[in-house]
Amino acid sequence: MNAMLAIIRRDLLMVMRRKSEVLTALFFFVIVSSLFPLGIGPEPALLRKIAPGVLWVGALLATMLGLQRMFAADHADGTLEQMAISPTPLVLLVLGKIVAHWLVSGLPLVLMAPVLGIQFDLDTGALGVLMLALLLGTPLLSLIGAIGAALTLGVRGGGVLLSLLVLPLYVPALIFGAGAVESHIAGLGAGGHLSLLAAILVMAAFFAPWAATAALRIALE
Amino acid sequence: MNNRLINWFRFASPHTFYPLAGKMIPIFWVLAALFGGAGLWLSFFVAPTDATQGEGYRIIFIHVPTSWMSMFIYMVMAGWAAMGLSLNARLSSMMAQALAPTGALMAFLSLWTGAFWGKPMWGTWWVWDARLTSELILFFLYLGFMSLQASIDDPRRADKAGAIVALVGVVNVPIIYFSVKWWNTLHQGASVSINKSPSMAMTMLWGMLLMALCLWMYSIAVALTRVRAIILERESHTDWVKQLKEIKA
Amino acid sequence: MLSAHGLTCVRGDRRLFVGLDLSVDAGEWLHVRGENGAGKTSLLRLLAGLSQPAEGEIRWCGQPIRDTDSTYRQNLLFFGHHGALKEDLTALENLAFAAAMDGVELQESNAMQALYRFGLKGREELPVRVLSAGQKRRVMLARLATRKAKLWVLDEPFTALDVKAVELLSVLISEHVAGGGMAVLTSHQTMPIPGGRVVQL
Repeated sequence: MNAMLAIIRRDLLMVMRRKSEVLTALFFFVIVSSLFPLGIGPEPALLRKIAPGVLWVGALLATMLGLQRMFAADHADGTLEQMAISPTPLVLLVLGKIVAHWLVSGLPLVLMAPVLGIQFDLDTGALGVLMLALLLGTPLLSLIGAIGAALTLGVRGGGVLLSLLVLPLYVPALIFGAGAVESHIAGLGAGGHLSLLAAILVMAAFFAPWAATAALRIALE
Repeated sequence: MNNRLINWFRFASPHTFYPLAGKMIPIFWVLAALFGGAGLWLSFFVAPTDATQGEGYRIIFIHVPTSWMSMFIYMVMAGWAAMGLSLNARLSSMMAQALAPTGALMAFLSLWTGAFWGKPMWGTWWVWDARLTSELILFFLYLGFMSLQASIDDPRRADKAGAIVALVGVVNVPIIYFSVKWWNTLHQGASVSINKSPSMAMTMLWGMLLMALCLWMYSIAVALTRVRAIILERESHTDWVKQLKEIKA
Repeated sequence: MLSAHGLTCVRGDRRLFVGLDLSVDAGEWLHVRGENGAGKTSLLRLLAGLSQPAEGEIRWCGQPIRDTDSTYRQNLLFFGHHGALKEDLTALENLAFAAAMDGVELQESNAMQALYRFGLKGREELPVRVLSAGQKRRVMLARLATRKAKLWVLDEPFTALDVKAVELLSVLISEHVAGGGMAVLTSHQTMPIPGGRVVQL
């Protein structure tokens, strides 16, 4: 447990020293979300309709940008090896890395989303649901993404390959996450979607760290 | 009984499996031809013309079996990959690697025939119904598996990494299917779904079953051929491969 | 206490070594020698538990390390080719993090003392990225001194060390071995440490 906190603290410390990492993902989120109205047209009714989907896809892509570096830097300088042979179970350390990744890449998106939502003319209720959905969904993205990041460690064409592996697995999160907001806007209540999203999150929290750990050990062999 | 068990394990090495596979391949091609012949005859000549959809509906005799096979092959592939990972068995992983392209082909055919069905029926090449969309995602899962294995140079690492992808995929396929179904029913507009196909006459069902069996036999034949090629490639440094007459020639 | 039986290592298509046996007991150290590509690093990684041998077994106190990895790892300190330092953190922070990973208590004063012993006085608060290659390797020495692990598995530990640092490391290893510790090293140099046996690959 101590070791897990130490990893989270270490990763956050390193991000503090190079703030650009947090900001790049965030700016990407903003830019991508802004491209859609530019491509589609500024009518408020249309924007309100596409907002949940657009913002969720933006969040997906922004998270994916940062996935590669989850393990790559540690792998390159040998600290990943040290983690693999540390007495602390590797799965706990991997969980720590995932939490740190979410804090750096996912949480800022959750906080930024309402601002972008206003650009799409969503009302406060919808903005609230959007934040809650992203709060449940972004950890899920980090968890699943960790598996992909671990599998593609040091592999040629890593970035694109990572996207190919991970995006199909992101589909349920996208469907339930965006669906929650759309459902709320349609007056049907977001409860169903959000509970399903939460259920998938719990399942992923149990299984994804193990899969990622197995993939890391394979990459280190 | 004990003897039989030991006999099977004897074929778990690439060295002994190679000739066995060679002998089995022609049998499966013959079976594929037989089932295929019967299935196509049933589909084109015996099954009645549909009242609403005319002759064009006959494409389901390819579409549905290819969908079934794409799912089935994914399960089998994941099973072999899991065995290869847990037992550290090279041949099992090679089987998984051999099955993947065939599975991807089935998924692709399913999507393609789905489009060909959709166009005359509903005027569009693509329909975002639950089954087709899930099939598309399954196709991506196959591509991901194959790309990952192709990108990793060390064959053992490729085997194990692929196994993890396949297993994660197997767990996710039901979740993805469920979520897409949910999404589809929520957004169901006037679009007709391929699910709502005409009620099946027995002949139609038999036609699809026979075609499915044909594709199954075909897949086994092709997978065995491919695994023999993979064995030759990966074991090319061993003595027994160097002694084979097709290599010496 | 550390023993290996019938180890076979395969990399790609090549069999690096077959049927290797070795053992190290308290107060002993092994010098693994061989040409480039003979499998020295692979052997050390097998001993560290990072990869699995194609055949054979590695045992710590009679138990296979695969079954008792936590106990084994508590007693193991491994250094590979990479320095295992985060460039953006300071030497002190790196040591503190390593200690947290290793599950040991490390007082800041002890860490500072170790860093001073190895000539890093005044540089302990700088990000490691500004240190020279030799200085970075000296942080490794500090970790060796503060970790108190029974078994040291070191891959080319003398790389990038100047004459003074080579001496410091040799003394460190001698003290460790004399005090009942064990070590397995690879190095192209002959090493001025008593009590070693050679394993030739």
